[in-house]
Amino acid sequence: MIPAAFDYYRPKNMDEVIALLQEHGDDARVMAGGHSLIPMMKLRMAEVPHLIDLQSIEGLKTIEIENGQITLGAMVTQHDLIDHDGLAAAVPILREAALQIADPQVRYMGTIGGNVANGDPGNDMPGVMQCLDAQINLAGPDGPRTVAARDYYEAAYMTDRADDEVLVSVSLTAPTGGYAYEKQKRKIGDYATAAAAVQITKSDGKVATASIAMTNLSDVPVWSEEASAALIGTSCESAALDAAVAAMLGDIDPSEDNRGPVAFKRHVAGVILKRAVTRAWDRA
Amino acid sequence: MSDKMHIKLKVNGEDKEFLAEPRELLIYALREKLNITGPHVGCETSHCGACTVTIDGKSVKSCTMFVAQANGAEITTIEGIGTPDALHVLQENFREHHGLQCGFCTPGMITRATKLLEENPNPTEEEVRFGMAGNICRCTGYQNIVKSILSAASEINAAKEAAQ
Amino acid sequence: MNDMTPDREERSANLKGLGCSRKRVEDARFTQGKGNYVDDIKLPDMLHGDFVRSPYAHARVVSVNKDAALALPGVVAVLTAEDLAPLNLHWMPTLAGDKQMVLADGKVLFQGQEVAFVVASDRYVAADAVELVEVEYEELEVITDPFEALKSDVVLREDLEGQTEGAHGPRKHHNHIFTWEQGDEAGTNQVLDNAEVVAEETMYYHRTHPCPLETCGSVASMDKVNGKLTLWGTFQAPHVVRTVASLLSGIEEHNIRVVSPDIGGGFGNKVGVYPGYVCSIVASIVTGKPVKWVEDRMENLMSTAFARDYHMTGKISATKEGKITGLHCHVTADHGGFDACADPTKFPAGFMNICTGSYDIPVAYLAVDGVYTNKAPGGVSYRCSFRVTEAVYFIERMIEVLAIELDMDAAELRRINFIKKEQFPYTAALGWEYDSGDYHTAWDKALETVDYEGLRAEQAERVAAFKRGETRKLMGVGLSFFTEIVGAGPVKNCDILGMGMFDSCEIRIHPTGSAIARLGTISQGQGHATTFAQILASEIGISADSITIEEGDTDTAPYGLGTYGSRSTPVAGAATAMAGRKIRAKAQMIAAYLLEVHDDDVEFDIDRFVVKGAPERFKTMKEIAYAAYNQAIPGIEPGLEAVSYYDPPNMTYPFGAYVCVMDIDVDTGVPEIRRFYALDDCGTRINPMIIEGQVHGGLTEALAVALGQEIAYDDMGNVKTGTLMDFFLPTAWEVPNYETDYTVTPSPHHPIGAKGVGESPHVGGVPCFSNAVQDAFRAFGLRHTNMPHDHWRIWQTANGLGLHD
Repeated sequence: MIPAAFDYYRPKNMDEVIALLQEHGDDARVMAGGHSLIPMMKLRMAEVPHLIDLQSIEGLKTIEIENGQITLGAMVTQHDLIDHDGLAAAVPILREAALQIADPQVRYMGTIGGNVANGDPGNDMPGVMQCLDAQINLAGPDGPRTVAARDYYEAAYMTDRADDEVLVSVSLTAPTGGYAYEKQKRKIGDYATAAAAVQITKSDGKVATASIAMTNLSDVPVWSEEASAALIGTSCESAALDAAVAAMLGDIDPSEDNRGPVAFKRHVAGVILKRAVTRAWDRA
Repeated sequence: MSDKMHIKLKVNGEDKEFLAEPRELLIYALREKLNITGPHVGCETSHCGACTVTIDGKSVKSCTMFVAQANGAEITTIEGIGTPDALHVLQENFREHHGLQCGFCTPGMITRATKLLEENPNPTEEEVRFGMAGNICRCTGYQNIVKSILSAASEINAAKEAAQ
Repeated sequence: MNDMTPDREERSANLKGLGCSRKRVEDARFTQGKGNYVDDIKLPDMLHGDFVRSPYAHARVVSVNKDAALALPGVVAVLTAEDLAPLNLHWMPTLAGDKQMVLADGKVLFQGQEVAFVVASDRYVAADAVELVEVEYEELEVITDPFEALKSDVVLREDLEGQTEGAHGPRKHHNHIFTWEQGDEAGTNQVLDNAEVVAEETMYYHRTHPCPLETCGSVASMDKVNGKLTLWGTFQAPHVVRTVASLLSGIEEHNIRVVSPDIGGGFGNKVGVYPGYVCSIVASIVTGKPVKWVEDRMENLMSTAFARDYHMTGKISATKEGKITGLHCHVTADHGGFDACADPTKFPAGFMNICTGSYDIPVAYLAVDGVYTNKAPGGVSYRCSFRVTEAVYFIERMIEVLAIELDMDAAELRRINFIKKEQFPYTAALGWEYDSGDYHTAWDKALETVDYEGLRAEQAERVAAFKRGETRKLMGVGLSFFTEIVGAGPVKNCDILGMGMFDSCEIRIHPTGSAIARLGTISQGQGHATTFAQILASEIGISADSITIEEGDTDTAPYGLGTYGSRSTPVAGAATAMAGRKIRAKAQMIAAYLLEVHDDDVEFDIDRFVVKGAPERFKTMKEIAYAAYNQAIPGIEPGLEAVSYYDPPNMTYPFGAYVCVMDIDVDTGVPEIRRFYALDDCGTRINPMIIEGQVHGGLTEALAVALGQEIAYDDMGNVKTGTLMDFFLPTAWEVPNYETDYTVTPSPHHPIGAKGVGESPHVGGVPCFSNAVQDAFRAFGLRHTNMPHDHWRIWQTANGLGLHD
């Protein structure tokens, strides 16, 4: 498994990155940790004549927490997410989700930017970001731009990001209440058979707000407004869970692969969703 | 073929310089350009961990890193962990507890384990299993690997206590 | 002289001989990254080879255009079948009596088949050049199902068209390879027709792959000045490779040196001869430079050495009380595009005829039909003796199905049908003579240790709780009792390409009392350098620490048939003991001369010969060795060396009793192994530490196969499981801790009573894991469901039983 040859760039600032993207158009790709892109290049499924490595860009590795506002630089790794106690206190779902991604070595290299940017349906963070209603901050030739994670994904590997734009960070408001990231996979290193990100707040013993997104059950992450709504005002009893699952099943569209046929995935999606909601509710 | 780059690495404490195409994978550069053949190529898709090295303090699968990306980095491989006259505690414990058979995964396994014990000097069995889950072994069934690492951890901790 | 005085105890311990958990001598280099595997070999001017492979499972190769590839700087050659034909190397014989294309000759028969071999200055240029070779294909109808293949008009092997006789008898159809029949068909049918109870089941043992962490590879170096070819490679049988290379290339065997360096796991993958080996040799001959070929992981999974792929149908009959009266087994064996199964020549389905298992079954019949399909060739024994995993899975499933039919406890059904201790040596209905066994003792020990009755009570409670809606987890108790057949084998019935399956050991004692022993086997992680020295230490009285074991270099090692099928200890281990005894016999004469007594008046005592009745008068082996080289002894040649070629009188038959306790989440299909107990009886135990390590490893490979590991194809013959994302190799996180145990029933015919153990845990483990899954659903009416029991298939089973309603 040997990739085709390419020219390598390690620019020092974002202007240089954007200039390179403009110069080379489709022939250029940016790379964060490389753990999605490099295997594709080795299998010669991705042709990248010009590879732009973001590792030396200033400011992309920071985790900022200020007044409940959180910004995660694109080059923040899964390991950084796990390792940061302040972040774990502010947005605990991030640590819970990151621990379920790949393995220790891959988490040292895999970044939030790489996980979120490309629209790989197997990645876990897009669903988490939708659940958290995060904003995706892009830099481009026309300056910075922000897109809601819930509006960012268009189809598998198709996003709102233009070819000459770069994801620089994601930002979000620290959630309150209970959370859960529940994932079924075949083994360490696998993508989800089904996974659910849930945030719930409680008021007077009932669900005040809820946000639910699921991973790898469609060609995009699925944030389900209806499923979230089905929980509000309930105490996550069996009927409420059933209603949320029914709503979610209307929104997902899994396809058959080595993880199993569609009927299985739809069933498991419901089971995983119920478990995630129950855990989030218990923590709310 | 693209132009060759001038690559500088510090490997196991020694400065190394060589020319390489940017696309060359770090694992092959180590093995073929620097004759550091301890890390191995197992799966090539970052699942098995046989190629694990430590780069700037991180456990990394060197089959999924271009040599250009690593340019300027400080790398430790199995060859930099212990010497024949003074083996690392992990190396001793892998032998003592039969934590290896064919030996192919062992360099990556031990290299990763050194980092794991830095991250978590006193791990439980479950934490060892989770922390070593990026390294596949086909021979041992892991039981003795886990035992080796737990035993090494307690030896290291006992030595630290004795030193205090 | 048998008192173990402190002095004798100490001398005995110093030997580090049989039975001690000696630490491995191999580990020093492996733990320091100083192993020497084939891809570590780097020779001056070495070139790299890489294959152009077929993207199609069945296609005609219309043309191959090399021009663009050859024009790429650094490319030295591009070989196709046309280039190999004048050397008669475009096809090669397989171990199974068939032939296989080295490079596509007019058509391709499986996805990933080798079409052209590119040779270039480095691996990067080679990979680029592979992309530049233009191959025009004409797609043909693809057949991936052996039953369909036997009905289809499509001729897969056009080269065999019109041949009604194959290597193993008549061919019934143009896609049929052989029928292999064993046992008494009429007698079996008669018993089945008149039986009180008959259970029938059809089961598929899916295709999988040994997938060692190191892939296959070779480095060939043709020295044209001296006419010598050196070939390093991942060979489990280096001498066989030398002989095959000589027969194929025409180079005389003495001019070929084959070296197996350290091998990063084999598990059967590295028994066969692959096109890459042949192409690296040819490329070195053509270019005059060393040529390296190492396959990548996808190539490994797609093209070299699948295992299993057996469609099995069984009928088992019994009395109402559960005494088994007969067994009938039919197998449709999918061999892929070429029959490259690695079995002894006379056994096209390996030792599948061990399928009567550990049970006293009066009459049995087995028929196996081999079939061509558009899948990769291979059929290797993945961590088992030839097809023994299939046989043991078959009988252990049939026992479970019969227990269901009889509404009987499966442990009790096994117990009343075991071959009894006093029946050994026991001749089974399909012909094998089991050497020794004590199955009841092993079984009772296992069931008692796990508190079998307690487990069944707990399981019953769980079923009741499930039915009351209090839990969604079911509990399975998996049982298996296996008998392996290893140590092929007696030359009278086992050969590979005509070479009898003996093995060998050559020992040289050095004047200062240390030694080197060379063997025809090759370790792939089993620790031969450690254990063979232990065997020898006990035989010749020299400490294992003073004995070097060397394997894998055909220029120095005596001819041997290699390491697979758990044959190293049964055959080469025996050769080692026998060669050691020759050394001891000569040492006795030297000792007697030195002590000035008659030969018969001295006896061996741990590390010395002593005068009978006067233990204070002795000569140590060290003194004897020195004398052998430095003293003229009348009537005795100088030196102390011996060679033994050992032809075992019989196979050995290790056995074991396994129990697995599993919880299954009915809603997600996720199994959780709560407990696994493995009792192995491998006869005399050479190194308990290594035995335990082998058991852990074999069980983990069994877990993988039973719970998800498969080579899956789609209808177009595309491999769906080509990387480790989809091909299941468990990590430390998915694997439980195992409890190991043992009994010791030595082999009566092996010089030290050892039977071999490396593969037992895989053979016994697969049915045990599978039975645990299936047992969980027995209370809900499940009779049988096929492996692999991955999440979705378990879920599907639960769904089919209405457990999601």
